[in-house]
Amino acid sequence: MLALIQNETIKVLKKRRFYVVLLILLILIPVFTYAQMKVAQNSLEKFDQDWRRELTQQITDLQNSLGSDRIPEEWKKFRKIILQQLQYYLDHDVNPKEPNGVTFTRTFMDNSVNLFIPLLVMAIASDIVSSERSTGTIKMLLTRPVRRWKVLMSKWLVLMMFTGVIVFVTALLSYVISGAVFGYGGWTIPLFTGFDISGTSVNYNDVHIVPAWLYVLMQCGLIWFASIVVAALGFMISVLVRSTAASIVTLMATLIAGTILYNMASSWPTAKYLFMINLKLTDYLAGTPTPVDGMTLPFSLAVLSIWAICALFIAFSVFTKQDMMN
Amino acid sequence: MTEQSIPVLSVQQVKKRVGKKWIIHNVSFDVHEGEIFGFLGPNGAGKTTTIRMLVDLIKPTEGRIQVCGYDVNKEPEKALRFVGAIVENPEMYNFLTGWENLEQFARMVPDVDEKRIEEVVAVVGMSKRIHDKVGTYSLGMRQRLGIAQALLVRPKLLILDEPTNGLDPLGIKELRQFIRVLAESGMAVFVSSHLLSEIQLMCDRVAIISNGKVLAVDDVNQLLLGRNQYVIWFVSDVEQAAKILKQSGLTRIVSEKDAIIDESILIGLPDSRVLTETHPEHIADLNRLLLEQDVLVNGIQRVMPTLEQLFLEMTEGGHIE
Repeated sequence: MLALIQNETIKVLKKRRFYVVLLILLILIPVFTYAQMKVAQNSLEKFDQDWRRELTQQITDLQNSLGSDRIPEEWKKFRKIILQQLQYYLDHDVNPKEPNGVTFTRTFMDNSVNLFIPLLVMAIASDIVSSERSTGTIKMLLTRPVRRWKVLMSKWLVLMMFTGVIVFVTALLSYVISGAVFGYGGWTIPLFTGFDISGTSVNYNDVHIVPAWLYVLMQCGLIWFASIVVAALGFMISVLVRSTAASIVTLMATLIAGTILYNMASSWPTAKYLFMINLKLTDYLAGTPTPVDGMTLPFSLAVLSIWAICALFIAFSVFTKQDMMN
Repeated sequence: MTEQSIPVLSVQQVKKRVGKKWIIHNVSFDVHEGEIFGFLGPNGAGKTTTIRMLVDLIKPTEGRIQVCGYDVNKEPEKALRFVGAIVENPEMYNFLTGWENLEQFARMVPDVDEKRIEEVVAVVGMSKRIHDKVGTYSLGMRQRLGIAQALLVRPKLLILDEPTNGLDPLGIKELRQFIRVLAESGMAVFVSSHLLSEIQLMCDRVAIISNGKVLAVDDVNQLLLGRNQYVIWFVSDVEQAAKILKQSGLTRIVSEKDAIIDESILIGLPDSRVLTETHPEHIADLNRLLLEQDVLVNGIQRVMPTLEQLFLEMTEGGHIE
């Protein structure tokens, strides 16, 4: 088994695909960093270097918007919660947006959990089985005295490993690159987590302080989990579909459909059983309201696990029985 | 040949159905140690499907395939240890070097170390280019690497699917000699081809497959022995000769238009000729008849039957036991 894992690791590393993923990160993170820098500069000028004034302004804006009739009810609910959280930060004299490498990383990871990182993971996942079929090397691979499930298992383990690598590298690169602009500090900034949202009010009983480094670490863990679920689905499609392009398109369409549905899910509660709606695990850390009422972290973890297990089950049962006709 | 011992490869009444269609109706044969076994059939006859079943890429719907006594589909991890194979084209990982490819496969079997890789690389004469990316290899080099990959496991059964594809005549000759050497060392070699001549040159025994059925399994020489062949007579008087040949009752005049014959054979031959389908035993008698009646015979050319001809005869019945 170790030899098989070694084989698969070599294959992933020797292909250009993985480096393309790294290259995308290297190009895009500086772009985001630059954008973030512009935003920071703007608000600094506006509020005279005082984050409290900025926060207060934000709270006032939110309060004003709540009075408007033109804002849909769902949005109001969402804003009410955000408002309460901001107030909480203000009351406790903590700047949630203090510009530094860690804050950037945290925001960036928050925003990339449901689309950006899954896309990168997919680049590897969708290719790992289907490329062997489209290039014909599957014949060389499966005519060895090794059971098929072992071959597939080695691929799955390697895929999980690289999913972790992608999440880690994304976090690392965003810290290193943004740190060059915003400074490398901020590891110990206290952040609040554990907001318990019920209806439109926020329950502060469980709110506790975690240092930023721990927060980012928890984020990475959750993102890794979400990405593994995406990887499992990509893996399944990769087994079912011969062409790599087709498997990428299938999963990409699903993910993008997920982000569209995300905003409509409040009117369609059953959507909470779709994996795409549950991918934003980091929202539970930040206390962002969920798209459907009553979704909790354990719920999302359970839904995602079931999707992943089903996908893997299908992948393994198809792959071990499949006739390799061409 | 050791007929009594367990055959290296034993295929028993294998059938395969895809959807509702039976693509392999009934395939049975044995391959023994030290034997080069030809698997002859036109494209689309089921050769590759059968080969894929031999190496567990496809599971037969019915029947059994055993290698050295192990069922390929039930115990692939035991049976495939004795098998080296190239199925269709030898596709390798283009982004790895030849050496790295061999390393990949070496890790998947016990007892194959770096020394063994070096050995097989030397055997196929690839030492110079083995550390180049496979993407830069020519088709011939890929074939060589494919063979190296198959030999890596010290197989008892070597399966080669259309191995001469993409090789030049010299390469084909080398390959033939190479396969012979391997067989002499005790390996069983299974070679598929759609060219009768290739099988004739290479193999000891042959199975002929058409439309998913094995039509015959026999020694290669037996197969052609006693069959009518095309014979071209180069004569001074075409009409007279044709009349004599027809009257003899020993042969049949064939028009060149209807003959299943490789047209390139006829290129550059004199026009005064008669084409017949004749049993080889009767050629001398017919020649005498012609001479007796003052028809000069400038030459007699036997044309080896092509696969198509053989098929036609076999499927028209009469010759298959």
